[in-house]
Amino acid sequence: MSKPLLQATNLQCERDGRVLFDDLSLTIMPATLTRVEGPNGAGKTTLLRILAGLNENYSGEVHWLGAPRAAQREMFQRNLLYIGHRTGIKAALTAQENLAALMAGRHAVSAATLRAALAGTGLAGYEDVPCSQLSAGQQRRVALARLLISDEPLWILDEAFTALDTHGVAALERLLSDHAQRGGAVVVTTHHDLEVPGMQRIRLVPDKVAV
Amino acid sequence: MTAKLQAATTVPVGVVAAMGGVVRRDLQASFRQPQDLLNPLLFFMMVVTLFPLGVSPEESFLRQSGSGILWVAALLSTLLSLDHLFRHDFDNGTLEQLVLQPQPLYLLVLAKTLAHWLVTGLPLVLLAPVLAVMLHLEGNSIAILCLTLLIGTPVLSFIGSVGAALTLGLRSGGVLLSLLIIPLYIPVLIFGTGTVAAAAGGASVGAYLALMGAFLVLSVTLAPFASAAALRISLSNS
Amino acid sequence: MSMWRWFHKFGSPKWFFDIASRLIPWLLGTGLVLLLTGLVWGLAFAPQDYLQGNSYRIIFIHVPSAFLAQSVYLMMASAAVVTLVWKMKLADVFVQTMAPVGALLTFLALFTGAVWGKPTWGTWWVWDARLTSMLILLFLYCGVIVLGRAIADEKSSARAVAVLVLVGVVNIPIIKYSVDWWNTLHQPATFTLTKRPSMPVEMWAPLLLSVVGLYLLFGWLTCVRMQTGILVREHRTSWVRALVRSQGV
Repeated sequence: MSKPLLQATNLQCERDGRVLFDDLSLTIMPATLTRVEGPNGAGKTTLLRILAGLNENYSGEVHWLGAPRAAQREMFQRNLLYIGHRTGIKAALTAQENLAALMAGRHAVSAATLRAALAGTGLAGYEDVPCSQLSAGQQRRVALARLLISDEPLWILDEAFTALDTHGVAALERLLSDHAQRGGAVVVTTHHDLEVPGMQRIRLVPDKVAV
Repeated sequence: MTAKLQAATTVPVGVVAAMGGVVRRDLQASFRQPQDLLNPLLFFMMVVTLFPLGVSPEESFLRQSGSGILWVAALLSTLLSLDHLFRHDFDNGTLEQLVLQPQPLYLLVLAKTLAHWLVTGLPLVLLAPVLAVMLHLEGNSIAILCLTLLIGTPVLSFIGSVGAALTLGLRSGGVLLSLLIIPLYIPVLIFGTGTVAAAAGGASVGAYLALMGAFLVLSVTLAPFASAAALRISLSNS
Repeated sequence: MSMWRWFHKFGSPKWFFDIASRLIPWLLGTGLVLLLTGLVWGLAFAPQDYLQGNSYRIIFIHVPSAFLAQSVYLMMASAAVVTLVWKMKLADVFVQTMAPVGALLTFLALFTGAVWGKPTWGTWWVWDARLTSMLILLFLYCGVIVLGRAIADEKSSARAVAVLVLVGVVNIPIIKYSVDWWNTLHQPATFTLTKRPSMPVEMWAPLLLSVVGLYLLFGWLTCVRMQTGILVREHRTSWVRALVRSQGV
């Protein structure tokens, strides 16, 4: 049995005086796909942001590879790929510049690799188009192109399938299960019916949590 | 979407390269949307114009108050531009990605604030001599004034970055930002204008400039700490 | 270890609430007695000033409020450190409930300063270094209050305000120094309210009494306001519900 990548224990989070979840514990193992489910306002995005280390308004503990995450933030972030529902695309920059920006501070990527990744998400020919001229789905594909050149084992994707067409959805599903098969871990929220064998489900219910 | 392109053997990016990337991209984005760059400059000129019109166009008044007018106008236009420092990036999600870079956030925020000064503060310094001539300042005073602005405007940007980070994502963030930051600007304003006044009075200004330099060092080293902490707080709240 | 336990115990809102209930009458009683003694002594019985006559007597209000106004900010800064490092709720209750009190004291110091300025300088307001510094302190307090109110989420609000208070406290000495320098640059030195060559015992004794009295009253107000703040924040906990039931509300 391999070591868990990410472990959260007794998470408790309040927002605007309302308890989103209380005493929530979960483990993200390598080579797994985890789906966080729940109605609107149940705190799915908040949970993902807590797991990604963006939201610090919680009590409870988060461990990365068995040690407290707070003590090894840079190491954790080197191993994390997070895409939120704000995709991280600047309208003024081109698709390629945006992808380069998303890879910034991580690992060195050649221009050829960037273009290949964009082509891999069906954006061949759009590399030098400013993102202000791309559709919402195309902008999301720019952000998702990161998945193709990622070396991070942990992927946390909020509403990953939003704005994608059926073809894009199928391709992304394949990409996620490939990543899990290669030993990576994926945590997603989605309104789309994602079914992958062996998928872990975390169901958030307002004021109640059932795993 | 095709399968993965790259194996896991990758070369991590160093922190200097990461900082350089932040500066380069912010400059790139600003030059593609020049109105963000021009608006504070226009505002700067207009505020300066208000004084001869609203108070007095007399040469003696303008000569005496010119450096103060330019300093106050520079301070106000910096405040105006600070609202953009993080807000666009916050709205489109690039700020989250910046915070998640496996690099010290302190240094990334420092780079970002530096980029902000390059596109907003530096143009103010370059425009100041023209306006100073229109306010009948003398040659020596103009030189000292520009020097104080050159040292002082980055201080304004760095102190202001704390306020910008704290008010991120709040309604009426812009006004709030000014309320939080103006009291903290007072020392720079006092020494900025005071140095020019001392020079006009014939005193030597080396010590004052050194003191402003100390403000600069202090704000560059300390403010990014507070800004980085404030950014994490604002992102926790979004 | 016991020190640590004490610290955490102190951080418990219920524990503080109970202690505060016991302290409140004592702080109020001794504070009022000392302040009133100091004021009556100072205003009615202390000797006249050889230079300013009776108008100097406002220092018996001005000095204590100016003193306290500055210390409240320092206390808030210490509490801000506790908020950021140990995430203690109680520290934030202190910062956010006492900021308006600090602002009020600063305003009182400014107001009494202006009233004192009229007979002394012949004008209500003089850009004197001390008054100007107090005015900037008032602005700092206002910023803290405004930011705290603008952020709805309790935890974010606590941390953001703590950062702002700490940034402020780093700047206060710099502001003070630069305002003093500015004052010497623009105005001939005027004699200030509190810098007196030598104050006879009949003058400083009542002053000391009113300072201590005001501090104790501040302690009383802290307890009362923090109790209210705790009740608001902890209204969902069982002990607050039990308390409310026992009071027959």
